[in-house]
Amino acid sequence: MKLVTAVIKPHKWEDVRTALETFGVTGMTVTEASGYGRQKGHTEVYRGAEYEVALLPKVRVEVVVDEPDVEDVVEIIVKSAQTGKIGDGKVWVSPIDSIVRVRTGERDTSAI
Amino acid sequence: MVNTGDTAWILTSASLVLLMTPGLALFYGGMVRVKSVLNMMMMSFGAMALISVLWVLYGYSFAFGDDVGLGLLGSPTEYLGLAGLMEDLTSESGGLPAMAFVGFQAVFAIITVALISGAIADRAKFGTWMVFAGIWATVVYFPVAHWVFDFDAAGHVGGWIANDLLAIDFAGGTAVHINAGAAGLALALVLGKRRGFGKEPMRPHNLPLVMLGAGLLWFGWFGFNAGSAVAADNTAAVAWVNTLVATAAAALGWLATERVRDGHATSLGAASGVVAGLVAITPACSALSPVGSIVLGLVAGALCALAVGLKYRLGYDDSLDVVGVHLVGGLVGTLGVGFLATAAAPAGVDGLLYGGGVDQLWRQAVGAVAVLAFSFVVTLAIGILLQRTVGFRIDEEDEVTGIDLVIHAETGYDLHAAQGATNRPPTGVTPVAREATSSTGSSTGSNTSGSKGSVSA
Repeated sequence: MKLVTAVIKPHKWEDVRTALETFGVTGMTVTEASGYGRQKGHTEVYRGAEYEVALLPKVRVEVVVDEPDVEDVVEIIVKSAQTGKIGDGKVWVSPIDSIVRVRTGERDTSAI
Repeated sequence: MVNTGDTAWILTSASLVLLMTPGLALFYGGMVRVKSVLNMMMMSFGAMALISVLWVLYGYSFAFGDDVGLGLLGSPTEYLGLAGLMEDLTSESGGLPAMAFVGFQAVFAIITVALISGAIADRAKFGTWMVFAGIWATVVYFPVAHWVFDFDAAGHVGGWIANDLLAIDFAGGTAVHINAGAAGLALALVLGKRRGFGKEPMRPHNLPLVMLGAGLLWFGWFGFNAGSAVAADNTAAVAWVNTLVATAAAALGWLATERVRDGHATSLGAASGVVAGLVAITPACSALSPVGSIVLGLVAGALCALAVGLKYRLGYDDSLDVVGVHLVGGLVGTLGVGFLATAAAPAGVDGLLYGGGVDQLWRQAVGAVAVLAFSFVVTLAIGILLQRTVGFRIDEEDEVTGIDLVIHAETGYDLHAAQGATNRPPTGVTPVAREATSSTGSSTGSNTSGSKGSVSA
């Protein structure tokens, strides 16, 4: 079992979700996040006063997947979130020790 | 005889001007950070509450009572508690019930006080602000309103700027805007800079509120300017059109200045340009032609857009630019009359550019400087007195936490479902007693976060 975390551009989330659903992913956790990478932030001006705003709005998508699907899920996210421009985001995979479905108490793979 | 047309227009105008103060609260409230939006708006609402009462008790008498000497102050006792005015159907304005004029002038006093609050955002004790508001209205606004707005009439002697100096200030460029702007500068100096001023970002938290506030100000300002004709007549109509077009031109002037200087035309710039134009046309709307008003508006928009940067260079924290917009805009308008006035307009005076020479210009300058200096010096004294006695500024730690929470025990926005909040019944109400009036039927006697439907007490 792995946790696939993707931080992507907000406007690409709908594409990512559609692609994952088509593949068969039945659920995910989505958080509005903010952050920056190599593209840095942006500048805002209020009555002539400039503010360097470091953080940009991002969406964090978290999907729990079974071992055999990990590579496919990562590839789907990368393909559907890509614009080719700086600031497209990152996807990373981390191990999960155990999972419990709150409603039924099912554990691990059957709880995904 | 009561002139019903005039009376209807003045009561309508008074209501329009009252709406300007909540509009100002939105305009200012949107410009501060999330943690101080309520305090910002409360300073305006506090002014509405307090100044209305003071105006009825003695403010009107200070401003419009018979002059006590040199045109400096109205008789404090003549209209104490508005004595005798309920029966007065033939006021000095002719055919207008005195009470209509009392109401119309009351809302001017309110907004002038509220305007000052923009200079001291995020950091003033609310109690001290209210005390300041009362003292300032009494020793600064009421007398200055007498100077500027109280005209001589049969059996009545008014103020010196209106009757002796003969400066033209139709709706309050000096009495309202230069007055509030100079007071704002004094208070910003007394209270000092906000923590992090010029270093930490202090972005406006809600620009749509600012735009809505500017829109309401513009709407209400038609009462302010056209209502100042104190009649439903041609002067009111000219003032209305000039108020429309000068404001529009000022928005264009501000946006063009921003576009050239910063590269972007911003929504805050549009809202600010609107207010700068309204301020500038206020003293001038009866004296200029509509085309002259466009010129005045363009100049005001551009100059105020440049003036708001002064505080960073000179190092005073006039938080929401009361100086840059109201003091500078008020000066542009008041002096602008001296340049752009035309005898074809209802005021009937030619300015410098219309061949009238400098006669009107120096009168305008003396009026502007007198109000500026008086307001600045007296406000500085009141501010220092309050700072040294009851304290004007909140603690540094409270300022970091946020003034809404510390002073008012509220937060402006509830945007998160999970906050860990628990309800407690109001003091003196036992949970059992409250249970009886609750419709939820809960038997636990305690409310947890989210059970908002049971807060009925």
